[in-house]
Amino acid sequence: MAITAFLTDATICIGCKACEVACKEWNEVPEDGYVWSGLSYDNTKSLGASTWRHVLFLEQPLAAGPQLADTSDPFRWVFLSDVCKHCANAGCLEACPTGSIVRTEFGGVFVQKDVCNGCGYCVVSCPFGVIDKRYHDDGRAFKCTFCYDRQKVGLMPACATACPTESIQFGDMAELKERGKNRVAELKERGYGDARLYDPTETSVGGVHAISVILGEPEAYNLPPAPQVPTSYLKSAWTSAFVSAAILLAVVLAAFAIRL
Amino acid sequence: MPGLGTSYGRGGATTAPKDLVNSDAILIMGSNMAENHPVGFQWVIEAREKHGTQVIHVDPRFTRTSAMANIWLPLRAGSDILLLGGLIRYAIENELYFREYLVHYTNAPVIISEKYQDTEDLEGLFSGWNPKERKYDPTSWLYEGAEPERWGTAASSHGGHGGEGHSPADLNHYEKDETLQHPRCVFQLLKRHFSRYTAEIVERYCGIDKEAFLHAAKTFCSASGPDKTGAICYAVGWTQHSTGVQIIRTAAILQLLLGNMGRPGGGVLALRGHASIQGSTDVPTLYDILPGYLSMPHFGEESLSLDTYIQKYEAKTGWWRNFDKYIVSLLKAYYGEAATKENEYGFHWLPRVTGDHSHQGYWLDMVDGKIDGLFVMGQNPAVAGPNSGMERRGLQKLKWLVVREMVETETASFWYESPEVKRGEVKTEEIGTEVFLLPAAGHAEKDGSFTNTQRLLQWREKAVEPPDDARSENWFMLHLGRLLKEKVKNDTQPRNAGLRALTWDYPTEGVNVEPKAEEILKEINGWKTDTKELVGSYTDLKADGSTTCGCWIYSGVFPKEGQNRANERESKDFYGHGWGWAWPSDRRVIYNRASAKPDGTPWSERKKLVWWDEEQKKWIGNDVPDFVATKRPDYKPPEGAVGDDALAGDKPFILHPDGLGWIWAPTGVVDGPLPAHYEPLESPVRNPIYPERQTNPVSERKARSGNEYASSPDGKFPYILTTYRLTEHHTAGGMSRTLSHLAELQPEMFAEISTELAEELSIAPGEWITVSTARGEIEAHALVTPRMQTLMIDGKAMQQVGLPFHWGYSGLVKGDIGNDLVAISEEPNVRIMETKGILCNVKRGRAHGDGGSSTARRVSRGDVSKGAH
Repeated sequence: MAITAFLTDATICIGCKACEVACKEWNEVPEDGYVWSGLSYDNTKSLGASTWRHVLFLEQPLAAGPQLADTSDPFRWVFLSDVCKHCANAGCLEACPTGSIVRTEFGGVFVQKDVCNGCGYCVVSCPFGVIDKRYHDDGRAFKCTFCYDRQKVGLMPACATACPTESIQFGDMAELKERGKNRVAELKERGYGDARLYDPTETSVGGVHAISVILGEPEAYNLPPAPQVPTSYLKSAWTSAFVSAAILLAVVLAAFAIRL
Repeated sequence: MPGLGTSYGRGGATTAPKDLVNSDAILIMGSNMAENHPVGFQWVIEAREKHGTQVIHVDPRFTRTSAMANIWLPLRAGSDILLLGGLIRYAIENELYFREYLVHYTNAPVIISEKYQDTEDLEGLFSGWNPKERKYDPTSWLYEGAEPERWGTAASSHGGHGGEGHSPADLNHYEKDETLQHPRCVFQLLKRHFSRYTAEIVERYCGIDKEAFLHAAKTFCSASGPDKTGAICYAVGWTQHSTGVQIIRTAAILQLLLGNMGRPGGGVLALRGHASIQGSTDVPTLYDILPGYLSMPHFGEESLSLDTYIQKYEAKTGWWRNFDKYIVSLLKAYYGEAATKENEYGFHWLPRVTGDHSHQGYWLDMVDGKIDGLFVMGQNPAVAGPNSGMERRGLQKLKWLVVREMVETETASFWYESPEVKRGEVKTEEIGTEVFLLPAAGHAEKDGSFTNTQRLLQWREKAVEPPDDARSENWFMLHLGRLLKEKVKNDTQPRNAGLRALTWDYPTEGVNVEPKAEEILKEINGWKTDTKELVGSYTDLKADGSTTCGCWIYSGVFPKEGQNRANERESKDFYGHGWGWAWPSDRRVIYNRASAKPDGTPWSERKKLVWWDEEQKKWIGNDVPDFVATKRPDYKPPEGAVGDDALAGDKPFILHPDGLGWIWAPTGVVDGPLPAHYEPLESPVRNPIYPERQTNPVSERKARSGNEYASSPDGKFPYILTTYRLTEHHTAGGMSRTLSHLAELQPEMFAEISTELAEELSIAPGEWITVSTARGEIEAHALVTPRMQTLMIDGKAMQQVGLPFHWGYSGLVKGDIGNDLVAISEEPNVRIMETKGILCNVKRGRAHGDGGSSTARRVSRGDVSKGAH
């Protein structure tokens, strides 16, 4: 079975949110509240239990490459459709005590909603802040399924299918990574000096299945520049715990030794 | 749309969105294409990415379209003709026009009547102005030598949707100067007319930096010539002005100057806002035309007999010579056997236009209590109409109102939910209107066709049965018609004779007794009256009653039994032949004869589309030729030829009596042969070009109590307001505020203001503000953004306020109604209201006190869950 991925290109995303809607329609995700945020045109605000694709709207005082915008100050409006990264070393999966979260044959990370008990360990273990519990419901955790059911029958995920500009591309992971690199090189050549590929492979998450072409710093898109899976801290945590315990033991023993 | 119709001959978009990938430059103006046509916008992105096409967006706001453009220019709403006129001047001054195209395919060399006087001579008026009637006698706009034999007085000439180039004047006889030097040739008149639309004027009154304008002008005007083309996309951002048709005319002229019509990657793409808006003018829901852009008969001499009516609208030369065939075949479709030669095919049963029965006109009649009942289908005027507060007052005056909808819209619930009722200004029990809300089937619940932006008919099959009592429009009209016909069966009153004669025998199917939609399409396509054998094309239609056709331009969509071409699903080539069917005759790029040189060879290899093949003795190529297929490029009409035979082989605009693209509109536009800049009905500045003529002299303000106007300028309303749509919602929200997955994306009413305006008025981002006009006030959240720019207009800082109009008092998400602020006004050709560029004021705080908006409602579930992490 092919290892699949998303490549989301912010430079051709038109911010139409068709991906958000298609995702919710296909996966029967409920609405996420009728609250106007005031944050540009973004009213779903972040990925969460009831928003599995999220289009971020970034208004920045920077120029969008060679674009001529007749404004007094440089200005650009960038859109990025974000999604669960389906990490190679997935914090949520490693933290899940019930075995609800599993790895699929496509490389995706899948939450079995009939197994989840709502403990929430996964929520704090995700380095991207993706997975969340439906607090107003029974508290189980939800996130992007990578449209496992669609992939299983050879269909693209709903979001990529709905995208009118092919900003969301879906396919073989190795191929998309290559395409992403080429795209960034092309953009740089065309004058988009701060184009970059967001593909954190050098960190403990060990690579992701959702990479993005963005303009500027990843932090502006709520993307951690060097995401770490919590279990990567385990060795040092255990070591320091062991050392602390040893010192404590030594001190206690020493105390007894002094008595004696 | 007469802007395109008078310029080129047909009122439809001239090309398909996909053809934009062939453009070297795309100018998007009066349209927020990325947001309102996101699927079509994929071709703009593809053009930009794969072909390096320069995308220019001009808009008062920096929108999602601007974000995708190579160049964005802001614009003072309502200054469109200044900018487009500036482009025309730029193209002429820098000789960037396509001379060979211009000389052969347009009326640029044609010499105009000596009697003509320009706005430059008459302080903003064209010759022929009748101040008493406030309209023009266009006789002096005719070509020199064109015989005004049946022209008579101009008072008998109507503009409007039907007036698209079928003129009785003999416009195929004219003098011309191919050197373009004659002082009265169209080119010289155009040059003089736009000579004052300089880059400095654009900078000063549009608010665009001069260098930025010149850069954009150079970019777009360079997409011209044998090897290059540019396209223009527009939508209601141009239409909804008191000068809307003339704005489109200005763009149409620019495209003719640059030689961009009928060629790959060229054209003017009129972007339609809904699934079948193009269809709703082709087979119209408009009061002034019959199907296929045949004019409705107007009351008076012209409609005394079928002959006088045909004489009025039939052209001697060009395609409209066939007018009689189309109207007689239509009357045969309406009245069947009852339509005979003796009774003039039932022509006298057609209603006559007696006045302004446009939306604005009849709604004011309703407010005045002149209308008893109203059917509302697929529209939500209680929040979507201009001055919708006034429109709701009109609804209160009705005796009965039928609303057919999928949901209970504001139009159906005005009597208990409207802000007037909530505020206690009117009591429910005082409203006498009897409201019938009937459930309607959704688009997946009925068969039928959509005609989209590119004139493409696409068939749609019913996926599921509609729930409960919900039924299709076809069902409703069929059964309503049956009941009405039953009612007048034995009636002898002459006024019901037409209804009695009406053919109403559509075959039905299923338990719901639904009319078969394909049978309706067959009637539209037409058949031989005696055998019912389907006609293959409108060229088969006759004026002797032997053919029947519901809409001549659609003829050919169902050429044989079992061959519904709208239902074809296999695209065979780039232009998509084989997928759906485009009127006319499956031509995807119309006027495509112009894609070849006068001698019939392509202008260039890169831009070839159709060309003359000497071996086959016909036009061939990548599209169906929009030309008589066997007419040689060197064909010269014999003396006395009529109809299409009177047009030479190098005349691509075959609907026009002269076969030319009309830079100059000698007829068909009621407010001038050339576009002139007038300020919006409410403007913060005086007209810089014609100080004596502030506004379009032919437009109508419909000023009255409740429909007041600010003065221009007005200290009480210092800011410019423009209304618009967001991608997340559909018009007045009936189909989006009722769906959770769309409602949550834009859940509340907001207004976009600049950071400077927010600072000036101490408005914090997100705070409530009150926006008011001379018509009323509403409240909205302040969306403070650098996407709204402070413009320098005539040395003063000018603020524009952006207002989406999606909200109302019904649905999952509610909010105040943007259209309450808009005036009921009329552009003179198509009688559309002005929603772009009106005057407003902005105040900090809520309109309805702190107790909460009359309509706003908040659900905070999302806040709880999102707040938790």
